[in-house]
Amino acid sequence: MWSWVAHRVTGVLIFFFLFVHVLDTSLVRVSPEAYDEVVATYKTPLVALLEYGLVAAILFHALNGLRVIAVDFWSKGTRYQKQMLWAVVGVWVVLMIGALYPVLGHAARELFGS
Amino acid sequence: MSNNTVKTDTTASGIGPVEEAGASPYSADNPAPVIEPPRKRTKKTGRATRGNFELYAWLFMRLSGVVLVVLVIGHLLVQLVLDGGVQKVGFAFVAGRWASPFWQVWDLLMLWLAMLHGTIGLRTIINDYAERANTRVWLKGLLYTATVFTILLGTLVIFTFDPNIR
Ligand code: HEM
Repeated sequence: MWSWVAHRVTGVLIFFFLFVHVLDTSLVRVSPEAYDEVVATYKTPLVALLEYGLVAAILFHALNGLRVIAVDFWSKGTRYQKQMLWAVVGVWVVLMIGALYPVLGHAARELFGS
Repeated sequence: MSNNTVKTDTTASGIGPVEEAGASPYSADNPAPVIEPPRKRTKKTGRATRGNFELYAWLFMRLSGVVLVVLVIGHLLVQLVLDGGVQKVGFAFVAGRWASPFWQVWDLLMLWLAMLHGTIGLRTIINDYAERANTRVWLKGLLYTATVFTILLGTLVIFTFDPNIR
């Protein structure tokens, strides 16, 4: 039940992000300066934190999506759906820890000095 | 041959007499009225189903999901993790990647699949929560407009990208 709510919420979130993301990338057709100016804001600590949240949403949606697919197509999927949910959460936590440094490292260095 | 007088049972049984063979009041020139079966589908009823659209939509969500895992996770690795993370991204970086048809196709496929997947997903959500038919029509109209706009814009940008724009 809650995994379904989270899947739905993250799905909507990713969709709205994708819409904006196509718009900002389209600036490469305007001028290199316009594009670089917008991307510069993505390199600030605040947006880095938002980015980390976006990665969290995408990774959960992707992993849980694979679980939904397994429940639908794997003959034993329904029996193991709960174990698979724990696997999703486990892999998600590991990946989020792994993303900590690449996504937030620069912001941390900027905020707290290197 | 036929006599049209209705016989009444003289007994009090309440059940009328069975017509004698050959005593039918109808003939080829005077056919019995046709009683249409209830719920029979006629030209006026419209199609019974929308075909298998919902099945294909369900299947597409799953197939595109599997492909998107590879495309999106790869995208995140390239843009946010490898080689300095997001700090390296800029016009020059985009120009470098879209010089290769491999990444052009990657991004094009990701754009189309993610937009269609997200649009079908949002369509389900609109159908779930928007209870008035009018609201549903408007929200879906808005959704499909945004989808067509975004897919066209993104496709155009990938195909017409010019590294020497300035
Ligand atoms: C990364 C790989 C992805 C996987 C494996 C995946 C998997 C799935 C699956 C299997 C469903 C169907 C759930 C159901 O029918 O109950 C679904 C729904 C959905 N997905 Fe994804 N998806 C992925 C990426 C995306 C992206 C990039 C977006 C946004 C553009 C998105 C937005 C949605 C939405 C809005 C729904 C509908 C949620 C609902 O009906 O509750 N997904 N996803």
